[in-house]
Amino acid sequence: MNTFWRTFKVAAWLGWEMDSNWTEPWLFMVYSVVKPVAGAFILVLMYTVFAFIGNRQDPAAFSYMYVGNSFFIFVGSVLFGTFQVIQSDREWYQTIRYVYISPISYYVYIVGRAVSKVGVAAFAVAITLVFGIAFLGIQVHLTLEAIPLFVASMLLGLAVLLAIGICLGGISFLTAKHTHGLAEGIPGLFYVFCGVLFPLSILPSWGQAIGQAIPLTYWFDITRRLLAPTLGVDTTLAGYSDVTIMVLLVVSSVGFFGLSLLIFKTGEYFARKAGKIDMTTSY
Amino acid sequence: MGRSYPRIVGANREPSWIFFEALLPLLGIAAYVFVYQAFGSRAIDAIMTSTASAPWGICGDHACLNAAEQAAERARALANTNALIASVVLGGTMVAFWLNVLWSMASQLYWEKEIGNLQLYMMAPMNRMALLGGMAVGGMVMTSMRAVSTLVAGILVFGVIFQVVDPLMLLAVFFTALIALYGLGMMFASLYLLWGREAWNLSALMEEPIFFSSGFYFPVGGLFRVPGWGPIIAIIGSFVPATFGLDALRQLTLSSTAFGGQLWIFDVKTELYILVFMAVLFLILARYSLRYLETLAKREGKLTSRHQ
Repeated sequence: MNTFWRTFKVAAWLGWEMDSNWTEPWLFMVYSVVKPVAGAFILVLMYTVFAFIGNRQDPAAFSYMYVGNSFFIFVGSVLFGTFQVIQSDREWYQTIRYVYISPISYYVYIVGRAVSKVGVAAFAVAITLVFGIAFLGIQVHLTLEAIPLFVASMLLGLAVLLAIGICLGGISFLTAKHTHGLAEGIPGLFYVFCGVLFPLSILPSWGQAIGQAIPLTYWFDITRRLLAPTLGVDTTLAGYSDVTIMVLLVVSSVGFFGLSLLIFKTGEYFARKAGKIDMTTSY
Repeated sequence: MGRSYPRIVGANREPSWIFFEALLPLLGIAAYVFVYQAFGSRAIDAIMTSTASAPWGICGDHACLNAAEQAAERARALANTNALIASVVLGGTMVAFWLNVLWSMASQLYWEKEIGNLQLYMMAPMNRMALLGGMAVGGMVMTSMRAVSTLVAGILVFGVIFQVVDPLMLLAVFFTALIALYGLGMMFASLYLLWGREAWNLSALMEEPIFFSSGFYFPVGGLFRVPGWGPIIAIIGSFVPATFGLDALRQLTLSSTAFGGQLWIFDVKTELYILVFMAVLFLILARYSLRYLETLAKREGKLTSRHQ
């Protein structure tokens, strides 16, 4: 356990240094905020244009979308922060062989490397939400009683995300340099099917079924219920109580943790067998 | 030819890229399509829902006067939703080229430096602009796969209707916009000779903020409707050729009367002239900045320094 903790700590420090030491701290702060805020503003303008040409305001739909998109920052950052570790160490820095043969758990190392991205993402989510509440009239009403449930759901949601990231990392042991495709595509999958920007009812029935099978759908739903309970947008998940959703998240976290171990070990085994563990695909 | 070859032939030796780089990213674009469908669906619900105070539903900011106004409002909402979804699909095709410019054009020399190929390039008796030109051609061909997938998905899956009246003008705008975009990429590439990881982060920073300021997912004229900061952002975004390219392509495929003709920046011809000017300017600037920054990078000893 002591080795795991030490690996985690050092990997987290390394991840933070790699993410941030290319520039001054203030510039890194700006950089960390500009990207997600610009992403939120794409949606703000999409709404503005729709409202302008239709001469029709829909603040509930706008708040629904904005809050969902704010928390989606975690999805992109945590997933990318996790699965890019293998590819950046392998293809970019070409240090994977040295890290891999050191007496540590490579799984824990990857989790540690991702932690700095979680921290930066949390900061960006907070800034995006505060901006939305202060300047865009986003309807957020988090009560004091709801805070413990909100914190617990956040921890469970992040645990699921980390586990999914490790699953992808396990796959990326065997794939070529597809970091950007994965970084765009996998979050895109959740963006479409998890009711982040629009209720699941907009999707065709097969899309709704996919959405309801992904635990992040419930995470977004409970987050929105706790933060913005007065929106009145039908999410199609009203039949699930808060407790049911929390139980689903606990079960999913455990399930995805097991799956991540399985996929990671399998990917690692086949990468070693095929001699791909330190390959470079410089096309 | 030598630099295009690995882009086109080499990449096809690893066909998994078609799934990861061309098909998977379509999901992100689909999300934006569904956002407009969700807005459209709620608007049509409001138009068609009869209440005591509005027996023919709500038309914009007032109750519809009669069934005829209700039907006209419904048709308008459907047409607007289709036009906005088509805007997203066109933006999605341009996103493919912009990302290729950023990651496989601008930051390519940085990547070559990181893996140790750059010194080999510098020693080879070749023209640097030809090297970048080869990268650009190879990149355009590879990226076309993703762009075509986006267009096909837009038409077949989302039922987008395009009305192309002037196909020659459409081709002229499209290819001029691409030349201008890749010219900008070639100009950026020279910066990356000098910079280290900040260059990589600069590329990352030019994703969402550029998608926003250049109107990849909404008609950029919408920014001019936002009082105060909107026009400033739109003007800054106009330095990226994709802004005028997309605006002109949208006018040519959706008709200039779409959105009531209120969301376009200039007419198509003016935008084509601007794009031609940008293409020439960026190619000239790329040539000079490449020469200057190569010398500077050699002088400061950064041309071959890795992992800085």
